[in-house]
Amino acid sequence: MDQIMGNIDLLIQFPIVNLKIILDGVMIGALFALAAYGLALVWGVMNVKNLAQGDFVIGGGYVSWWSYHNVPYFHPLLGVPVAFIVMWALGWLTYKLVISRVIERDLFTSLLATFGLAIMYAQLMNLMFGSDTQSLVLDVTGLGLENNYYFADGLIDLPAAKVIGVVLAAILATGVILFMKRSRMGQAIRATAQDARAARVLGIDTEKVYAFTFSLNSAICGAAGAIIVMVWVIQPFYGITYSIRAFVIVTAAGLGNLPGVIAAGLGIGAAEQYGSHIFGIGYQQAIAVILLLMVLIYRLVQQRRNRQVMQ
Amino acid sequence: MSIIEVSNVSKSYGGVKANSDVSIKVEQGGITGLIGPNGSGKTTLFNSIVGYHPIDSGSIKYEGSEISHLQVQEIARLGLLRTFQQTRIYGEMNCVENMLISLPHRKMSLLETLRKNTVEDKEKAERLLEFVGLYEKRNLRSGSLSFGQQKLLEFAMALMNEPTVLLLDEPTAGINPTLINGLIDRLIRANSEFGITLFIIEHNMRVIMNMADTIYCLAHGELLASGSSEEIQNDQNVIDAYLGAH
Amino acid sequence: MKIQKIAFYGVLLAITVAAPFLFPSFSTQLATLWLFIIVSMTWDMTGGQMGYNSLGNIFFYGTGMYVAAVIAIGLVYDVGEYTGASGGGRYDFTNEQYILGFVLGSLGAGIFCAISAVILGYVLFGLRGPYFAIGTLGTAIAAGELVSNWDWVGGGQGITLPVYSGDFDQTKLFIYFAFAITGVILFIFLKWLYTTRFGAAINAIRDDEEKAEAMGIHTMRYKLVTWAMSAFFIGVVGGISAFQLISFEPLETAYQTINLGIFMVVCVLLGGKGTLWGPIIGAIMFQIFKEVTWNYFLGWQWVALGALIVVTVVYFQDGLMGWLRTQKPEWFGVVVDDKDGEAVR
Repeated sequence: MDQIMGNIDLLIQFPIVNLKIILDGVMIGALFALAAYGLALVWGVMNVKNLAQGDFVIGGGYVSWWSYHNVPYFHPLLGVPVAFIVMWALGWLTYKLVISRVIERDLFTSLLATFGLAIMYAQLMNLMFGSDTQSLVLDVTGLGLENNYYFADGLIDLPAAKVIGVVLAAILATGVILFMKRSRMGQAIRATAQDARAARVLGIDTEKVYAFTFSLNSAICGAAGAIIVMVWVIQPFYGITYSIRAFVIVTAAGLGNLPGVIAAGLGIGAAEQYGSHIFGIGYQQAIAVILLLMVLIYRLVQQRRNRQVMQ
Repeated sequence: MSIIEVSNVSKSYGGVKANSDVSIKVEQGGITGLIGPNGSGKTTLFNSIVGYHPIDSGSIKYEGSEISHLQVQEIARLGLLRTFQQTRIYGEMNCVENMLISLPHRKMSLLETLRKNTVEDKEKAERLLEFVGLYEKRNLRSGSLSFGQQKLLEFAMALMNEPTVLLLDEPTAGINPTLINGLIDRLIRANSEFGITLFIIEHNMRVIMNMADTIYCLAHGELLASGSSEEIQNDQNVIDAYLGAH
Repeated sequence: MKIQKIAFYGVLLAITVAAPFLFPSFSTQLATLWLFIIVSMTWDMTGGQMGYNSLGNIFFYGTGMYVAAVIAIGLVYDVGEYTGASGGGRYDFTNEQYILGFVLGSLGAGIFCAISAVILGYVLFGLRGPYFAIGTLGTAIAAGELVSNWDWVGGGQGITLPVYSGDFDQTKLFIYFAFAITGVILFIFLKWLYTTRFGAAINAIRDDEEKAEAMGIHTMRYKLVTWAMSAFFIGVVGGISAFQLISFEPLETAYQTINLGIFMVVCVLLGGKGTLWGPIIGAIMFQIFKEVTWNYFLGWQWVALGALIVVTVVYFQDGLMGWLRTQKPEWFGVVVDDKDGEAVR
C-alpha cells in the first residue's frame, strides 16, 4: 500500500513522468489498436470472435525473431513485411481448415474453436521456440540516428525503436484503410459485412471474401507482432492477453467505428502503463483483464438503461 | 377501472416518430383492441408497455404504478403477459412440456420450484391443450406443429401462466382463415371464463370488431380515434387512414 | 426394467469401490478421472442445461484450492507467517489436524465458491452468449494474476501444505474416495434436479431466454442458483485437489485456464451437452485420449489436446449422446409424428 501511494506521489511531484507514461502507453496502444482493428474486421464481416488473435500477434513476432537468427543479414525491420506474408499464409490455412467450418454456426462454436486454436498455436510456439521471453534489438545508428533520445534532463527517454514502431503501425493502418476504401476487394468486404446474402445475390464470392478477410487479419496481427518484438518482449503464452486487449478495445469502441478503435487502443495502452506504474509490473496482465471486465460492466449498465441485454 | 394506463407516450427511433403523445386505457376484465395500418406504431407501443425499450416521454401505469422503467421480466412478473407475433415456443420440447414450463413461476418460491410437477399440473396442461384443440398433438415435438398450431400452443401457454392481463400481438396473423372464428371464440372464452383482461393488437378489422369492447386506432404514430366497434367503424378518420395508407 | 436399473447402478458402484484396490498403481489417474467427471458435470449445469457457456469455471477450482489450503493451515498456524517462511521452518499436520483441515477446508471452499458465484454472477449473467464466455474467461485469468501477486497466500510461489506423515498409500485411497463420493453425490443430485420444475426452467432459459423472461420466470434467480450449486461442487473438488497435490502454484495449477479450464468444456462436448450421462462419458473418453497422447506423442501432447478441442468443436459438437439422439430418438422419449398426424402415446 505504501509503495502504491509512493508511486502516485511520484506522479504528482514529477509531472513530466506522466508524459513518459502516456507516451509509452500511446506507442504500445497503437499496436493494440492494430490487433483490435483486425478483430473488428473479422467480427464484423464473418461474425467470428477470434480468440486466437493474440497468438497471431505473437506468431508474427516469432517469424521475425526466427528469421533474424537464421537468415544472414536479416534486418529486424524486414521482419514486418516478412511476418505479414507468413502470417497471411497461416491465416489462410487456418481459415480453410477451421474457420470456414464454423462461420455459419452459433457464436460459442467459433469462440471455442478459436480458443482451441489459440491453445494449439501457443503450445506449438512453445515447442518450437522455447518458453523464454524473446526480443530483438533494433539498431538504427547505421541510419545516422541515435538509439535513444533523452528529454527533460534525461527523465524521459524515447527509444528510436518505439517511434519507428509507431510510424510503421501508422503506415500499415493507413494502407489497410485505403485498401478497404479504394480497392474492389475492400468494397466487397464491406458489402459482405453489411449483408452477406445480398452480397452473394450481387455476385460477390463471399467465401473468397471471408478467406481474404481472415488472412488479412492474421497478416495485420503478424506485422504488429514483428513490431512488438522490437519494442517489447514476446513469449509463447502472451497471446491470450493480446486477444483480451483486442476484445476490450472492440467492446469499448463498438464494431465499425475506426476512430473509436484507435482512441480505445491508445487509451488502453495508457491505462495499462499507468496501472503497472502504480501497482507494479507484476500486475500488467491483470490490469489488461480487469479493464475488460470494467468495459463489459460499463456497457452492461448502458444497455440496461436501454432495457436491452448484452449479446 | 383501467388496469393499464398509457398517458402521453412518445417514442422515436432516430428521427422517426413511432409514437407521439399516445394515451390509451385498458379496462380491467374487458377486451381492448389496438388497430391501425402497417407502420402506424402499434408494435412500438406494445413493446413500450412490455418493456422492450425505454420511452422518450409520458408514463405507463399498471395497476396504478409506473412500469415504464422496468425490465421485461419484471413486468411479466406483475402478471402482464405477452405473446409474440412470430410465435415463440420451445420447439425441442413436446406440447405438454411447453405447457408445464409455463406454470406461473412468478408465484412460486425457490423451494416450490425444486419439486416435480404434480398430477394436477399435468391435468391442467392437458385441459388447456384441449381448450385450444391441441390435445391430440400433446406428445409431439412442438417444433413439428404447423404455424397456426404453434400459435394456439403459445396461447395455451399464456393461459397456463394465469396472467392478469394478456397482450396479444396479432393473434390471427398467419392462421388459416377457417380457424380464425374458432380462435376468436376461444379468446372471448378466455376473457369471460378465466377472467383474463385482453389487450389485442390486430390488423384484421373483422376480428377485432367481433370481440373488443373498446378499440383504439393508431395512424402515423398518433391516436386517431377510440371508442366502441360501431363508433370506430363509422369514424371517417379511421376509414381514410385504412384506405389511404396503402 | 426396475431390476435392470438397480443392477446397472449396483455394478457401477461396485466398480467405483473396487477400482483403486484392483489397480492400486493407477489410483492417482482414477482420482483425476473423477475430478474430470465432476468438473464436466458441473460445467454442463450452466453450459449444457442452461445455455450459459462459461470459459472461466476454473475460477472456482483455483479459488477452492486456495480457500481449502488457507482454512487447513489457518486452523493450526498463522497463514501469513506460514507462507512467509516459504519452506523454512518446520510445519506439520497431525492426523486430526489433517482430517479436520480436509473436511472443513473442502466444505469451506465449496461454500466460499458458491457465494462468489452469486456475487460474480450478478454482474456476469447480464452478459449473454460470447460476452458471457469472454467475461468469465477474463474473471478466471484476472483472479490467477491477482493471486500470484498476493504474498499472503504465497504469491507466484503458491502454497505447500504442511507435512502430513500419514501412510502414503492410505492417503491416496482417501483422496480417491473423497473424489468418488463427491462425484456420486453430485450425480444423484443432478439426476434429481433435472427432473424438477427448476430443471425445466433452466432448460427454458437455454432454449429461449427472452421467452422465459416474457413468461415471468425469474431468470436471474435461476441462473445464480444454478451457478452457485455448480461452483459449490467445483470448490469442493478444488479443495480436495489441494490436498491431493499438496503443493500448488496459482497460474498453472490452481487457475489453469488453458488446461482443466477448457478441458472440462471439451469433455462435455465429447460426451454430449445437456445430458446427464454425456459429461461422464466425455470425461472418460477425454482421459483415454489424454493417456494415449501422453504415451505416444511425447512432447506434442499439448498440441494434440489443442487439436482435439478444435476437432471436437468443429466436427463433433453434439457429442456421443447427441449423435445417439439423432440415430435413436425413441431412446430419448422423443415422439415422432407419424404420417396421418395422429399423436403416438
